Parts: sequence; C-alpha cells; structure tokens
Amino acid sequence: MTPSNQNNDLKAKLLADFRSLEERLNGASKTALHQTRREALHQFDRLGFPTIKHEEWKYTNVSSLIKEVFEFNAASQVTADDLVQLESSRLEGNVLYFVNGRYQPELSKIVSPAEQLTITTLDEAIKNTPDLLAQYFAQYADYRQDAFTALNTAFAQEGVFIHVPANTTVEAPTILRFLSDARAVNVASQPRNLFVVEKNAEVKVAESFRTLGDQASFTNVVTEIVLAEDARMEYYKVQNESDMAYHIGTTQVDQKDRSYFYSATVTLDGGFIRNNLNIALDGSECEAHMYGLYFPNGRQHIDNHTLVDHRQPNSHSNELYKGILEDRSTGVFNGKIFVRQAAQKTNAYQSCKNVVLSNDATMNTKPQLEIFADDVKCSHGTTTGKLNEEALFYMRSRGIPKDEAQSLLMYAFAEDVIAKIKIDPLREQIERRIQAKLAR
Amino acid sequence: MLTISNLQASIGSKEILKGINLDVKAGEVHAIMGPNGSGKSTLASVLSGREDYDVTGGSVTFEGKDLLEMAPEERAAEGIFLAFQYPVEIPGVSTTNFLKTAMNEIRKYRGQDPLDAVQFLKLMKEKMKLVNIDQSLLSRSLNEGFSGGEKKRNEIFQMAMLEPKLAILDETDSGLDIDALRIVAEGVNQLRSPERATIVVTHYQRLLDYIVPDYVHVLYKGRIVKSGPKELAFELEEKGYDWIKAEVETV
Ligand SMILES: Nc1ncnc2c1ncn2[C@@H]1O[C@H](COP(=O)(O)OP(=O)(O)OP(=O)(O)O)[C@@H](O)[C@H]1O
Ligand SMILES: [Mg+2]
Repeated sequence: MTPSNQNNDLKAKLLADFRSLEERLNGASKTALHQTRREALHQFDRLGFPTIKHEEWKYTNVSSLIKEVFEFNAASQVTADDLVQLESSRLEGNVLYFVNGRYQPELSKIVSPAEQLTITTLDEAIKNTPDLLAQYFAQYADYRQDAFTALNTAFAQEGVFIHVPANTTVEAPTILRFLSDARAVNVASQPRNLFVVEKNAEVKVAESFRTLGDQASFTNVVTEIVLAEDARMEYYKVQNESDMAYHIGTTQVDQKDRSYFYSATVTLDGGFIRNNLNIALDGSECEAHMYGLYFPNGRQHIDNHTLVDHRQPNSHSNELYKGILEDRSTGVFNGKIFVRQAAQKTNAYQSCKNVVLSNDATMNTKPQLEIFADDVKCSHGTTTGKLNEEALFYMRSRGIPKDEAQSLLMYAFAEDVIAKIKIDPLREQIERRIQAKLAR
Repeated sequence: MLTISNLQASIGSKEILKGINLDVKAGEVHAIMGPNGSGKSTLASVLSGREDYDVTGGSVTFEGKDLLEMAPEERAAEGIFLAFQYPVEIPGVSTTNFLKTAMNEIRKYRGQDPLDAVQFLKLMKEKMKLVNIDQSLLSRSLNEGFSGGEKKRNEIFQMAMLEPKLAILDETDSGLDIDALRIVAEGVNQLRSPERATIVVTHYQRLLDYIVPDYVHVLYKGRIVKSGPKELAFELEEKGYDWIKAEVETV
C-alpha cells in the first residue's frame, strides 16, 4: 500500500465531512474565515496524514490513529455529577468546559469583569466579531506545512477566543477544560483557540485535557497565542487522558518586543500524545520559558516537539523538559532552536532530562540548533539514564522501603518542573496526581 | 548481638570477603583497621544489605535473626545503621524530609505510631545540638554540595536521630578537622550503652582516642588476620601493616 492509500479511510471521511459542513453553512461560506478553512482543507488534502518517513514524525506513527473510526463532535450528556469523578482542581477563575468539542455553558463560569478581558467561544466570535478574529485567525499556526494544523483549521468552529485589551492585568486565571466523553462511542474533537494579549497586558491561561470512559478519543487541538509589545502570559497545558486517547496539539506563539511568555506542558497520562510548541520571537528583548514534564507508563507514547525561532536581537529563551518513563512506554523530545542572522545577542538554553525505569521503555531525544548569527549564547543538553542506584541503596539503608525510596527519588526529579506551575490549585492537583501515579 | 561466621562475598567473579568471623556483643565497640582495598567497606556494605555483592558462603545473625535474609530497609528497622564512607548526594530531597520518612517507616515496622511534626522537630533540635549541625544544612537537598566534613557530620546526625542498636561507621573520621572529629566521637559516645554496639572502620588511631574500642581487628585480603585490645591500634600506627602481612604470608 502506498502511504496515501493508508490514509484513505479517515482522510476520505474528513473530506466528505467538509463538504457537508459547507452545505450547512449556506451564506456563511463566503466569509474570509471560511475561505481560509477551504484553503486549509485543500492543504490537508495535499499533505495527507504524515507517515514515519516524514522527518518530523519519525518516532510518532499515526497509522493506528487513522485506522480508528471516530464520531466527530458527538453529542454527550455530561453533568456536574459526572465531573466529580475527575477530581479536578477547584480553581478560582474563569472555567470553560467543552465536551467532545462543544461548549457547555451550564458547567462553565466566567468571573473576570468584561473590561479586563473578552472571553467568548470561537463560534460566537465568528458570528459577532468576524473582523477582529480575521486579523489573527490562522495567521500564525501554519496550515501549509502541517496536516493536523490544516485539518484543525479547515474545521475550526469550537474553541475559545480570549482578547485582553492593552494595559490590563487579568488577575483570575482562565482554565479551559476539554473533556472527551468516550463512554459510549469513539469520539473526536478539534478545539481551536486564539489568545490575543494586547500591549502591556497580562493573562494566565491553562488548558486541561481529560477523558471519560474507555472508548477511543481523538483530540486535534490548535492554539494560537499573540503577544503584543510588553505583553505577558503564563500558559499551561495539562494532559490527563486515557490509554485510549490520541492527542495531537499545536500551540503557536507569536511574540513582539519585550513580551514575556512562560509555559509548562505536563503530560500525566495519555495513550498517544504529540505536542508541538512553536514560538516565534518576532521582537527584540523577548523572553520565552518552556517547561515540560511527561510521565508515560504502560504502552503510552508521549512526543514533545518544541521550536523557538529567534528572529530579532536580544531575546532570551529557556527550556527544561523532564521525563520519567516506565514499562513499555516511549517518549520523544525534539527541540529546535533557530537563531536567525538578525538575532544577535540571543541567549538560548535548552535541556531535556529523562529517567527510564524499565528496559522496555525508550526515549528518543533530538536537540536541533541552527544558528546564523555570530554573537549568541546557546547551550543544550539531553540526558537519559536510570534511577540512581547508589541513592536508592542509601535511602533503603536508612529504613525507607524500596518503592517509597523510588517514588521519593522520582518526585525529587520532577519537582523543579512541578514548582514552575504558578497557579496553586493547579500545581497541587498535579502534585497529587503524580504522587498517586508514583504510589501505584 | 551480631555473629558473623565464615562470611564470604564476591562481586562478579571477584572474591572479596574470604571467610570473616566476628562476634559483637551488646555494649561493645569494635574497631576494624586494615590496608586499602582489604574489604572493610565491603563488609560494612554486606552487613547493611547492598545488593551488588553476592554472599557466597557463611552466615550472619543479628539478635538471633538471619540478617542476610533481610532487605536493607528491614535491617535498618531492626536497628542497623551504616555511616557511609562516601555519603550519597540526593538532589531534590531535603535531609529533614528524608529523615522524617525514614523514622516513620522504621516506627511503622516496629508497630509504633508515626511522630507528628512537633515531636519530630523537637527531636531534631535536640540532636542538631549534639552534633553541632546547622538547620540551614538540613533544609537543603540531602548532601548536595555539602563539604566532605558536612557530609560526615550529617551521617552522625542521622545516626543520632535513628538511635540504632548497631552502628557501623565506615571511615567517618576521614576528612574531618579536629573539632569535627571530637563532635563526631561525642555523637557516637552519647549512643554508647549496654544495649548498643558500634563497629568503627578507620585508618587512624587518632579516632580511637575519642571512641575507645574494646577490640581492634585487622582485615587483610578479605580475612580478619589479627585481633587484640585497643593497644593493637597503637602498634599499627607505629609499625604499619608490613609485619602483619609478613605474619600472614609465613602461616
Ligand atoms: N563494585 C565493585 N566492583 C569491583 N571491585 C570492587 C567493587 N567494590 C569493591 N571492590 C574491590 O574490592 C576490594 C575491597 O574494597 P573495599 O572498598 O571493601 O576496601 P576497603 O578496605 O574499604 O578499602 P579503603 O581502605 O580504601 O576504603 C577492592 O579491591 C575493591 O577494588
Ligand atoms: Mg573503605
């Protein structure tokens, strides 16, 4: 079979779905946004799903994903009672729930005053502020290169649009909870988010991904983040999905002069995960911090691809990803740093550290630095090793049982990344989940 | 308390302990001396349960129980403590948290209730004074970036906290300045009681001025080749090991 044949089923279904979407749109199909969707679909058709021959997908094989049959945007009855079992953190802030891609107003609450930020679903923004949306939508996440971004763009309908006006600090954090309700059937959703932080404004946003039920789920999410001059943002992505979950996500960040971006991507569980975090430092004196923690066990596969593109001088990027791999799990870290010729006086640091607890687990790391400026400070390093046996014996010789000693060591290893999560209830919840996973 | 009979241990195909016999009674202090590489640390490690070594023969009983059957953590809970020659650095785990976990695990093993935060802190304060160790050191990551002397002092602090029945000190004196040496010795002497015993591995007679042993043993090529009263240590200090080596070779 040729690669394109392998893709046929899911791809053909999606192309057909798009045609019926257009029929439902009627008049709306003439809008600029829909023209972008149509172009994105064309790109998706052209690109097809990637195979492992594709350099960016060498270790992450989507062939089993595209063999599954999913129901997109499946209707679901999730009530507040169903949420109890998820033991989500109680966050004082704006909480927006999406189930199988659909917004759930009855589960959601928005507490921030309207003058601090505008927070709407993408759907509403398409209807109510199409011109504002069109300024940013699909201007950053490149649907011409990446099939999943193209697919998400083609079907962009549900998600969140956050707009923070200039010189405002939004105190309350915002958390977007994306829930796949896979209790009855295989489900798929394609959330599309856009966060625009205007000059000298500040906001904190977290995205959380969870699964209910044992059927397969597929989440293909794209988030575009636009930081104007002096804007500041904290961004967290937390994944706690089932072993039957497929998750492909791209977060695309664009930073202007003196803006500050701070992120942590924490993957506690999830069957098949690919996270792309792409940051374009399109201004000088920017700062970008990227932290990551992934903790696969069983047969889980977790892939983090990051890209920092230093386009202007005097910016600083800093990256630390850590992984703990158990059982037969696999992990991938691919960290690209570009320093363009104009980006003199760049400081770029990258580090990826892994502990592999079993002989059957595998970690693939690939740092990639491409530097075209001459006056820069760059460093990168990756390590992959076992748990320190000496430390383990030392602890046991003091009376700490082996399992307990192992968990203490693993927790200590993860601790510096966990500490980077500055929203307290979110961090505490992650601490509890990690401790529970370690105690298993 | 501790009876070691004909203990043999190897690592890979290398035989290191070739038949150790030693009897330690409650209340006693035994010093073990001997040239580099003779097997002193190996003996200490085997007693505390390090899994890198294969015990190929002999037996060890501790208070009537088969020690070799026990996991390292069980040995600790039974009352054995090893002060490491090279204490391990453990980033991200504070000494305080580590010790609290260790103490409460040992208490659990013994069927005792865990210490609460207040009780633990009180005990810690008391023992900190004893070994003259600073609070700031204990809230840092365990041994990480500690000086050689600070690491050794931290070992004695842990020993003071855990109050073992049998303490094995592997060259706890090396790398210590005179004041620290005295503090360490005091820590050990405080624990001396008719119910407890200590094995002190050292190269220097100096330590034995402070911790006066009941017996001195010389370990050479995996065997205890000579035992005697504390005066043996003076003789070794004066004459070195050549005469003992010569004695062993002629036998
Ligand atoms: N893990 C190991 N692998 C190989 N050989 C080992 C290992 N551990 C110990 N040995 C060897 O066993 C012998 C005894 O070592 P040991 O550390 O017990 O000596 P020691 O008497 O404590 O010496 P020192 O006075 O230098 O501390 C040495 O020859 C050493 O090289
Ligand atoms: Mg030694």
